Amino acid sequence: MGKVIVVTSGKGGVGKTTTSAAMATGLALRGHKTVVIDFDVGLRNLDLVMGCERRVVFDFINVINGDAKLNQALIKDKRIDKLYVFPTSQTRDKDALKRDGVDKVMDELREEFDYIVCDSPAGIEHGALTALYHADHAVIVTNPEISSVRDSDRIIGMLASKSRRAERNEAPVAEHLLLTRYSPDRVARGEMLSIDDVKEILSVRILGIIPESETVLRASNTGTPVILDPTSPAGRAYEDAVARFLGEQRELRFAMPERRSFLRAWFGRAS
Amino acid sequence: MAVNRVEGGIFTVMVIGIGDPHDPALGETVAEQVRRNPDFFANAPVVLDLAETLSCTSVADFVALKTVLRRQRLVPVGVQNASAAQLRAALAVDLAPFPSVGGRRVAARNEAKANGSGVATRLVTRPVRSGMQIYARGGDLVVVAPVSAGAELLADGNIHVYGPLRGRAIAGARGDGDARIFAQRMEAELLAIAGRYLVSEAMPPEHLKRPAQAALVEDRLQILPGFEFDPGRE
Repeated sequence: MGKVIVVTSGKGGVGKTTTSAAMATGLALRGHKTVVIDFDVGLRNLDLVMGCERRVVFDFINVINGDAKLNQALIKDKRIDKLYVFPTSQTRDKDALKRDGVDKVMDELREEFDYIVCDSPAGIEHGALTALYHADHAVIVTNPEISSVRDSDRIIGMLASKSRRAERNEAPVAEHLLLTRYSPDRVARGEMLSIDDVKEILSVRILGIIPESETVLRASNTGTPVILDPTSPAGRAYEDAVARFLGEQRELRFAMPERRSFLRAWFGRAS
Repeated sequence: MAVNRVEGGIFTVMVIGIGDPHDPALGETVAEQVRRNPDFFANAPVVLDLAETLSCTSVADFVALKTVLRRQRLVPVGVQNASAAQLRAALAVDLAPFPSVGGRRVAARNEAKANGSGVATRLVTRPVRSGMQIYARGGDLVVVAPVSAGAELLADGNIHVYGPLRGRAIAGARGDGDARIFAQRMEAELLAIAGRYLVSEAMPPEHLKRPAQAALVEDRLQILPGFEFDPGRE
């Protein structure tokens, strides 16, 4: 039976789609059959970030409405075996996410896949609630910034009360905090919330810290999930996060300001 | 298979003293009270105290009363201090006789005090997140977890937070001015006791971010540092 992971945040623009793409790719690279679903009906961009926007024929809403079968809508990733993308509609909106339709699709997906990554829209309304409803795990994407942290707190509260597990009084959704766009230098200067600040406010275990990186923009522009970029520190951080999710111990790299090597400092002064 | 069982339960119920059941202003009087605290009064059970009225001896009287109260989303469940004739009519419309306390209208607070430890304390052990509201009706609220900014704790009795209190805490919600708020780390956005409130900005900073309690002192809400007994203070 597949496990459902919702990637959510409350706040918009913090890195949910980037994270969904990177984590789904990471899980598939580790040999798990994975599908990543776009729940942001009407404002879809998962297909852009995954680089398959020119191959979308049928989408999530078509399948919910019975206009197409699941395997007609699923897009197999060209680079990685075991990775599939389930895009959503651009012309409809979130009201098209009917509860029974989504339930049926999720049940079918659990049969076929090891991991089902749900890329949630921002907010706390129907779209976001539908995305988190079936979750077994939640990756809460947070920027080290006060409004993002507050919104993450809100969405964690909703996971605890509005998920199917909460409704049925089952074991709660497992919470994993992913701190994105982290800049250790800015934290050292006191401009940005630190990891400890965020942990203190949210009381959730940290899954990973993704450093601020220009490579993320390049990744989404080229439709290549950032975890596939060998030069990207963000990509390496996502790799660590996937490893920790699968139970491995990894040290938190990218959490401390970069130590300028002695030689570099010396040459820097000399020139 | 589901099992039916019969057990005793102890509850706190609001009492409405009836003077003239046909007074057209009755609806408005009740409505005004409800408007002040709509969430607390929503679908609340009420007992009708008939000590001060000779009316309400017919089913029609009670039907009229029930209609007025239901319109305010109050649910009449019984009567108190009823004469034999009043009780007969009350039973005919499924209102049960409740024991009288002193024969006069009794506030919810006094009834709770008379019951002593019979009122249940609500215990919360998971973090109270932003946007969550917890209301301990008829008793105290104890939270053994952090309370986030943007969360709301309400209790008819006291509120105790064994952790950081960063949200709003409203104690003595139905008017008990003796209620207090205790926090292991007082960082609340707003504190209120029996209608008197204090916002974060107005709290003396030297008492914040450490153990503190809030209480009404001469009708003003004050923050008292720590939990230690100070023999000099009394």
